[in-house]
Amino acid sequence: MLYLFCPICRRDCDETELSCGGQAHLIRRDHTSSDKDFYRYLYERKNDKGIIFERWRHVYGCGKWFHTARCTITNQVFGSYSAKDALPPKSLLAKIRSSRVDFKGWIK
Amino acid sequence: MKKYSISSIVTEAFRDNLGWEKAWAKPKPKKEYEVIIVGGGGHGLATAYYLAKNYDVTDIAVIEKGWIGGGNTGRNTTIIRSNYLQESSIGIYEKSRFLYETLSQDLNYNIMFSPRGVLMLCQTEHELRAMKRTSHANRINGVDTKMVTPDEVKEIVPIINIDGPRFPVLGALWQPRGGTARHDAVAWGYARKCSDYGIDIIEQCEVVGVKKKREKIVGVETSKGQIKAKKVCFVAAGHSSVLSELAGFRLPIESVALQALVSEPIKPIIDCVVMANTVHGYLSQSDKGELVIGGGADGYNNYSQRGSFLHIEETVRALVETFPVISRLRQLRQWGGIVDMTGDRSPIISKTPVEGLFINCGWGTGGFKAIPGSGWATAELIYNEEPGNLAAPFSMDRFSEGRLIDESAAAAVAH
Repeated sequence: MLYLFCPICRRDCDETELSCGGQAHLIRRDHTSSDKDFYRYLYERKNDKGIIFERWRHVYGCGKWFHTARCTITNQVFGSYSAKDALPPKSLLAKIRSSRVDFKGWIK
Repeated sequence: MKKYSISSIVTEAFRDNLGWEKAWAKPKPKKEYEVIIVGGGGHGLATAYYLAKNYDVTDIAVIEKGWIGGGNTGRNTTIIRSNYLQESSIGIYEKSRFLYETLSQDLNYNIMFSPRGVLMLCQTEHELRAMKRTSHANRINGVDTKMVTPDEVKEIVPIINIDGPRFPVLGALWQPRGGTARHDAVAWGYARKCSDYGIDIIEQCEVVGVKKKREKIVGVETSKGQIKAKKVCFVAAGHSSVLSELAGFRLPIESVALQALVSEPIKPIIDCVVMANTVHGYLSQSDKGELVIGGGADGYNNYSQRGSFLHIEETVRALVETFPVISRLRQLRQWGGIVDMTGDRSPIISKTPVEGLFINCGWGTGGFKAIPGSGWATAELIYNEEPGNLAAPFSMDRFSEGRLIDESAAAAVAH
């Protein structure tokens, strides 16, 4: 069972209260974009084996979206941050780097 | 390779079974091959096998990170069926089921194919309507399935509870030619036959880099050194994205853990496969007597190969309601595998942005049943460098071109 911190409710939540929204910080495209860009936005994913940044929604709670950093191999959770953040906060990146020496930082 | 037969069993019985050979060789990698298949699971081995059998290409290396039969080929619930909705899916899965029928003879290896019948329950009006549509699509495409009534379901599976109360059985889609097979035997059988053709199966060898020259493949960097090749094919299921990253492109794939479990072994109580999509669980009984139960996929990307307890509870809860007789059984083992999910839940058999590099992935939660057909189609793609009829609809550019193969029945239960 995953336990994630909801930054709105300011408490830890069970995986069963949440719903995962996939890769965070995707560049959204609209109908004016090229086919290639639209495909990238809709389907192409980093799908990293290691640290990922993803969107979660507290569906059975406040109903709001937030971001988390998690390792996809061990499921270790490094922390949550606001859905309004366009990029992972520096403090979180530093926290990840302190326990994972090979962490390359956030890659687009 | 010595042939397995009744006389070989008798001969060995008289000499303390000392004459059996190793099923496949464990060679050191050569410097160069014509084709390298990355991934020694069922799909990879089948691809190598059909390249040798159908196209006389035998200068092949199959590179496997772990050991043969240790990946998803040995982690699935062994179900074989072809009752799909879309024409292109029916094409490849029915080809596969058809090849399974004679695979034991073809490979001279008993894969224990057991066409015991697959029953897909309808427990809501909507599901009943969707299954009727599937049965019509099957009939048009020559797949032998039919709708059966709740009473017929009870006759096929006496232990089932068809009265609900929450989700009464309203009917079912019955494919009598579907069934199960011994999953590791499929990997072992292909590996043995590949080795017999002179194909090198290199275990404990991880690909750590891809060698390209001007967007054309020249070989792979492995934990056992550099190996050159004219053509390379990635057949790595859940780890396809990791390989594609090495080759410099991204895939429309997300990896999640899918889990399964078996009960303690009991006397035979069910002689077909039953799938219940609405309540989310499916069940069959192995030859050892264990009930083989397929669970849910995790709701988020991961490579943990474990699966979560809450999904076990979900699955078992549903099955106890459907089969009350199993409520006192204990769980024997539980395990997980990493599956590669595409946006439309259909596979990818395709060329890639790198010349000479091919990919077979995206089988998601239902790859075992497709092994022979997938190998057949991928071999055709690698040899001709163009997809044949079976593989063409599954090319990677279908996503940007908007011709998705929306397969509601891609998995036994929706994931």
